[in-house]
Amino acid sequence: MKKFAAKGIFSTLGFLLFTGLLTGLLAQSGCSKPREKKAVYVLVDTSGTYSKQFDKVQTVLRYLLGSLQPGESLALARIDSGSFNEKDIIARMTFDLRPSMANSQKRAFLESVEKFGKNIQSSQYTDITGGILQALEYLNETRATQKHILIFSDLKEEIKKGQVRNFPISFNGTHVVAVNVTKLGSDNVDPREYQKRLEDWRQRVEQGGGDWKMINDLNHLSNIIE
Amino acid sequence: MTFDFWANIIEGQAELSLLIWACILMIVMYIARQPAHQVIILMARSIRNVLRLMARSVMLAEKQLRSRNREVLMAQGQEHAERFIEREFQRVETLVNRDLSGYPSLQRDLKEQITRIDEDYVQSSEVPPKPPEWLKAIASVADIPDNGSPVVAKILNDIHTTLKKALETDLQEYRRANRDRHSLLKKMMPYWRSLTNSLNSVERKITGLEQRSLIIDSQMQGYEDIRNKTDYAERMLSSSSLTQFFISGLALCLAIVGMYVNFQLVALPMEEMVGAASYLGSSSIRASDVSALFIISIEVILGLFLMESVGITQLFPVIHLLEDHKRRMIFWIMLSFLFIFAGIEASLAYMRDMLASDREALSQLLTGVEVAEPPLRWIPSLGQMIMGFILPFVLTFVAIPLESFIHSFRTVSGLFIVWLLHMLVVFIRFMANLFYGIGRILMSLYDLIIFIPLKIEAVFKKTQTEKTDKKENKISGVLTHQFEKGED
Repeated sequence: MKKFAAKGIFSTLGFLLFTGLLTGLLAQSGCSKPREKKAVYVLVDTSGTYSKQFDKVQTVLRYLLGSLQPGESLALARIDSGSFNEKDIIARMTFDLRPSMANSQKRAFLESVEKFGKNIQSSQYTDITGGILQALEYLNETRATQKHILIFSDLKEEIKKGQVRNFPISFNGTHVVAVNVTKLGSDNVDPREYQKRLEDWRQRVEQGGGDWKMINDLNHLSNIIE
Repeated sequence: MTFDFWANIIEGQAELSLLIWACILMIVMYIARQPAHQVIILMARSIRNVLRLMARSVMLAEKQLRSRNREVLMAQGQEHAERFIEREFQRVETLVNRDLSGYPSLQRDLKEQITRIDEDYVQSSEVPPKPPEWLKAIASVADIPDNGSPVVAKILNDIHTTLKKALETDLQEYRRANRDRHSLLKKMMPYWRSLTNSLNSVERKITGLEQRSLIIDSQMQGYEDIRNKTDYAERMLSSSSLTQFFISGLALCLAIVGMYVNFQLVALPMEEMVGAASYLGSSSIRASDVSALFIISIEVILGLFLMESVGITQLFPVIHLLEDHKRRMIFWIMLSFLFIFAGIEASLAYMRDMLASDREALSQLLTGVEVAEPPLRWIPSLGQMIMGFILPFVLTFVAIPLESFIHSFRTVSGLFIVWLLHMLVVFIRFMANLFYGIGRILMSLYDLIIFIPLKIEAVFKKTQTEKTDKKENKISGVLTHQFEKGED
C-alpha cells in the first residue's frame, strides 16, 4: 500500500514535471510577450500640392497590411476641406480573428486603396485637425493598446473661413507619425517655416499627451509602427 | 563624542591626547584581560558547539535519508528483478508449452521408429542354414566300400550330383536371404536419419532452455543480493538508476522536440478555430496555443493510458490491477481515440499548409512580386499530413521513458539531496571551526594590543621567579649541607 502511495506521488510529480515542460514549450512559442493590439489610422492629404504622393501612401499601406495581425484595425481617410466627417473615410477594417478571413479582408482593403488611388480628386483645403479628430474617435473605438495616426501631408493646414480648429486635442498616448512631409515652395525661400510647422505640430501632439515622430525615409518602414 | 573630543583632552596636543587614551585603553584592557579572554573563548565555543549540533542533526537527517534511499533503491531493484525473472519464467513456459508439448507425439514417433528399426534389424539377422537330415545317411552310404562294384560307384556319383544340386539351391537361397537383409538394412537408413533429426531438434530445444536457465540463475543471484541488501547490490542499483535517469532524460528531451514540432503543426490552424487574437482572460497566453497544447497533452495522456493498458508501463496501479478484459477494453478505447486525434491532426496539418499558402499569396500581392507556384507543391502538404497522423502514435511511446525517468528520478533526487546534506554538514563544520579559529585570533589580537603591559608583566614575573629560585637554592644548599654533616 505504501509502495503504491509512493508510486502515485512520484507519478504525479512526473506529470507535473512533464506539464511544466509543456508549459515551457508554450512560453517558448511567444505567448509570454506582452499582449498588444494595434490600430492604425492613415490620413492622406489630397490637396493640390500633395495629391501626387499617393504611390508612397500605397507602399506604406501595403507594408501595414502585411504586418497587422488578425484582430487589429486599419483605416484610410483623406484630409479634405472638412475632414471631421465620415465620408472622408475611404476604407476601415478591424481584421477578423480567423487568419483566412483576415487575409480576404486585407485583399479587399487593398482593392479599395487602389480604386481610390486611380480617382483622387484634389481638395481645396487641408483640414488636418479635423482628420486627426476623426482618427482619434475611430482609434478609441477600436480599444487597441497601441494607437497610431499616420499623416501623409505637408502639414500646412488650410481651413475654410469660420472653421474653428485652434484648440488643444487629447491624444491620450496615441503615436502620431508624420510620414513623407514634403516641403512647399515657400519653405525653400525660408526653411524656418518648414521647421516651425513641424515644431508646432510636435508641441500640439505632445501637449495633448501623444507621441510625435517624423519619418521621411520610406526605406525603413519598420520604424513607422514600432 | 567626535574625534576632536578625543584628540583634545590636552589642548593643542592631539597626538599626546591620543597616546594618553591609548595608554588608558591598554591599561583597562590589561586589567580586563582574563574576563575578556573568557568571554571571547566562551562565545567562540558556544557558536562552535551550536554549529556542531546543527551538523550532527543534519548528519542524522542525511543518514536517515540515505537509509530511506537504500530502502527505495532495494525495493525498486527487487521489483524490477521480480519482473525480469517473472518474464524469463514466462518465456521458459512459452518455450516448454511450444516445444515440449510436442514431446508425447515425439516420443511416440521415436518409439515407432525404434520399433521399426528393431523389427528390420531382427529381420536382417543372419540365420545359418541347418544341415540336411539326410547327410548322415549319405555319409553312411559313402562309407560303404565299393569293392570295384560299378553299381556302388554309380550310386555314389548320383549321390554326389544330387548333393551338388542341393548345395547350389541352398547357396542361391542364402544369397537371396542376404539380399533381402541388405535391402532391409537399406530401408532402415531414413529411419535412422529421422531419428537423428528428432534427437537434434530435442537437443536444440534443451540448449535454449539451458541458456534461459543460465539467465535466470544470474538474475536469481542478483535478486538474492538485493534481498540480502548487500553493498554490491546497492552500488549496482545506484549506477543503473543514474544511467536510467540520464538515458530517459535524453529520450524525454527528444520527445519534447517532437512535441514542439507537433505543436507547430497544430498551433496555426487552431488560430482559424479559436481566433488568432483570442487570449485567456487578461493574460497574454493565446487561446490557439493553449488549444494546440491541449490536443498534444490529450494525445500524450491517451498514449500513457494505452501503454498502461498493454502492461508496458506501470504508472497507474489502478489500471495495472484491473482484470484483463477491462484492460483490453481500455486499450481499444484509447487506440480509437488516438486514431481520431491522429485524423484531426492530419487535417489540421493540411489546413496549416493551406493557410501558409494563402499567407504567402497575400504577401506576394502586397509586395507586388509575382512568384510562380513551385512544382511538386503537394509533397510538403502530404508530408505534413503524414507527420500530423504519425506523431500522435509516436508520442505514445513517451510513456516508456517517462516511467523510467520518474522511477529513476526518485532515487536520483534522493542521492542528490543526500549529497546536498553532506555538503551542508561539511560547510557547517567548516563554519564551526572558522568561528572557533576567529575566537582564538581575537584573543591573540587582544594580547597584541596590550603587548606592552604583558611584556612588563612577563619581565616582572621572570625577575620574581629568578629571585624565588635563588632563595630556594640557598635554602636547599644549606639543608643539603646540614644533611650531609648529619650523615657523617
